Amino acid sequence: MTTAAAAETAPKPEPREAKDESPAKESLASRVGRYAGGGAVRAFLVIVAFLWLTPTVGLLLSSFRDPADIATTGWWKVFGDPGQLTTDTYDTLFGNEDVMGALPTTVWITVPSTLLVVVIGALAGYAFAWMDFPGRDWVFLAVVCLLVVPVQVALIPVASLYRDLNLFHTITGVVLFHTAFGLPFAIFLLRNFFAEIPRELLEAARIDGAGELRLFFRVVMPLGGPAIAALGIFQFLWVWNDMLVALVFADPGKPPLTVAVQQQTRQFDSNIELIASGAFISMIIPLVVFFAFQRQFVSGVMAGAVK
Amino acid sequence: MSTSSGGAADSAAPAPFDPPVSTVPGKPAGPGRPRRSVVRTSPSLAVWFLLPAVVLLGALVLYPIGYSVYRSLFDVSGDDFVGLDNYTGLFRDDRIRTALRNNLIWVLVAPAVCTALGLIFAVLTEKVRWGTAFKMVVFMPMAISMLAAGVIFSLVYQNDPERGAANAAWTTIHDTFSDPAPWPGARPRPASDLKGPAEGPFTSGATVGAGQPALLPLVAVKPQDVAGEQPAAEPRAGGDGINGTVWLDFKPGGGGAPDAVDSGEKALPGIKVEAVKGGEVVASATTAADGTFTLPAAADGAKLRLPASNFAEAYGGVDWLGPSLVTPAVIAAYVWMWAGFAMVLIAAGLASVPRELMEAARVDGANEWQVFRRITVPVLAPVLAVVLVTLMINVLKIFDLVYIIVPSARLEDGNVLAVELFQQAFAGSDPDLGTGSAISVVLLLLVLPVMIFNIRRLRKESGR
Repeated sequence: MTTAAAAETAPKPEPREAKDESPAKESLASRVGRYAGGGAVRAFLVIVAFLWLTPTVGLLLSSFRDPADIATTGWWKVFGDPGQLTTDTYDTLFGNEDVMGALPTTVWITVPSTLLVVVIGALAGYAFAWMDFPGRDWVFLAVVCLLVVPVQVALIPVASLYRDLNLFHTITGVVLFHTAFGLPFAIFLLRNFFAEIPRELLEAARIDGAGELRLFFRVVMPLGGPAIAALGIFQFLWVWNDMLVALVFADPGKPPLTVAVQQQTRQFDSNIELIASGAFISMIIPLVVFFAFQRQFVSGVMAGAVK
Repeated sequence: MSTSSGGAADSAAPAPFDPPVSTVPGKPAGPGRPRRSVVRTSPSLAVWFLLPAVVLLGALVLYPIGYSVYRSLFDVSGDDFVGLDNYTGLFRDDRIRTALRNNLIWVLVAPAVCTALGLIFAVLTEKVRWGTAFKMVVFMPMAISMLAAGVIFSLVYQNDPERGAANAAWTTIHDTFSDPAPWPGARPRPASDLKGPAEGPFTSGATVGAGQPALLPLVAVKPQDVAGEQPAAEPRAGGDGINGTVWLDFKPGGGGAPDAVDSGEKALPGIKVEAVKGGEVVASATTAADGTFTLPAAADGAKLRLPASNFAEAYGGVDWLGPSLVTPAVIAAYVWMWAGFAMVLIAAGLASVPRELMEAARVDGANEWQVFRRITVPVLAPVLAVVLVTLMINVLKIFDLVYIIVPSARLEDGNVLAVELFQQAFAGSDPDLGTGSAISVVLLLLVLPVMIFNIRRLRKESGR
């Protein structure tokens, strides 16, 4: 069917003749080739999918094994001996103040950082899209430049700044840092999305007497829903998963989950059972968010292809 | 991103002081002048919308850039101006040189591998019905932290093949293609006629002749390892070849004479026996289930040798996190995380490949590879460039994965700039902020070309 359509659109008669000459032979050969090729493709993809899943499954199974078993054999041994599976490691983990106390810290860092980035980014994005002020395009260009600035550049200066402001080793400091480095992307994404809002909608609201704030909260924010969702998911995962910023700015005595687990790996007598189960706990929220908001996450990642 | 700054004429909300005539060619300014904003606002109001963002970006992004550049020109104490010494120092320090070299490897290898795999996956998943499920599996690691990925791969790379999945798989493959040694660790008694270094080969002192039985006793095999073997048999008699036996010259429970096949002693099957004359192997045989072997008559007068391959210790796999493999090993973990990113972006780009063109090429006899090479890849080129560049910036700053996977003792071998910066400025008891700042400025300089690339891309898109 498709070949017929293609032949119809072919401007010259030669391809059609060539096709008419050997239709049976062509299609048979290509069909055989397609089946064989399709089988190989499927087999290849199955192997890749298996390879990709194995490390995560390995961590999951390891986290459900006895520390003594982890120390001597690989996680795949549970397939021969399912009796090895135990929830002991999680009992240990839940009883471990260092790791469990880190969970609220992670939440207290992640949620405010996400909200602040969305709100501040939306305000600025709206200003860049629909408000008039001198030098607007140049300022926006500067924001685009900041998209790729590595956080490493700011670690040393902000550490000394925070020491002066008594923000070093505080949750507030970590939140502000994450917000600042999330803003360029937020502004970039939301400005471009807001700029697509039909002018007539804004004009209608304006004629109805809406003020600037009303316009922003009642028209622009609701219409920006998809972009705000994508940004929120993206920023949430970014901050939840961060280790470097927390390592530098968070209180080492009360760190978020990533740093807490990392501290376990650096201990002299590292507790493999705590590390495996702790790492898995730190993955659960991101995985749930990922599976629940896949589309938003993917579009956030695609929009952020410059970060 | 369809509209953006740069070409103010085409941006969605033009400045109120635009010339009244539209600058969009062929599009006259309409009667109501729709390009003029009704949403006009005073600049002072805009200030309030921008203020929080400007304060945060200024204090925590812009000011630090300036401070880092400034600080990088001063020494450890921060009091003495040293010019570019901190920068030249980067190239003198071995650790930092390793970090620079590793960062170069990272930037050259990791993005290319991710993009290539992403391209392959994106093209192939189009052909299967469960493509979406596959994409989900490959994309999933993007959602988890580098810490979790690091822990996952520390488990994968554990050295012991009994525990590390990578070595378990690798030794299995290795042993499939080269048979493992039948009797690792077995050796002759010191007083025996067989001599050689501890790991083999063992060569007999005397030559053998046709009709004489050749007894080759070995020890140092655990009794439980031979439990399932047959009792050793005396060398067969007769024939014009050389008959012999290799066995474990140890009688459980004691008794038995050395260098004699006693009842209760076990055979060592599967051992290769070589007859050597003047340094040349003239014949060889392998012991049977009862430990006996027969060499052809050509071996008459030769010395017998048991090659070392009979006794090699079991293959222990690869030291993934050793000095030479540590960076490739961590890069593999990165590819596991980010190939999905490349795949998803490229798959989205594939939607723009003109199907009619591909069909037409197929009708004209092009095979799948030619279609891929001549149509798909050229059309995707801009997407591939964006993916590559994005991954390059990402890789330049790589920190968590290296810091978690590489054991502290090996950190020097797997070092990268971001880790070195952290070590210099935050990990030690006496931080070197001068060197640390210099490293951070180098990182910034390395992303400058990308900044320019982004601006140009933005201008091009808004210029449409």
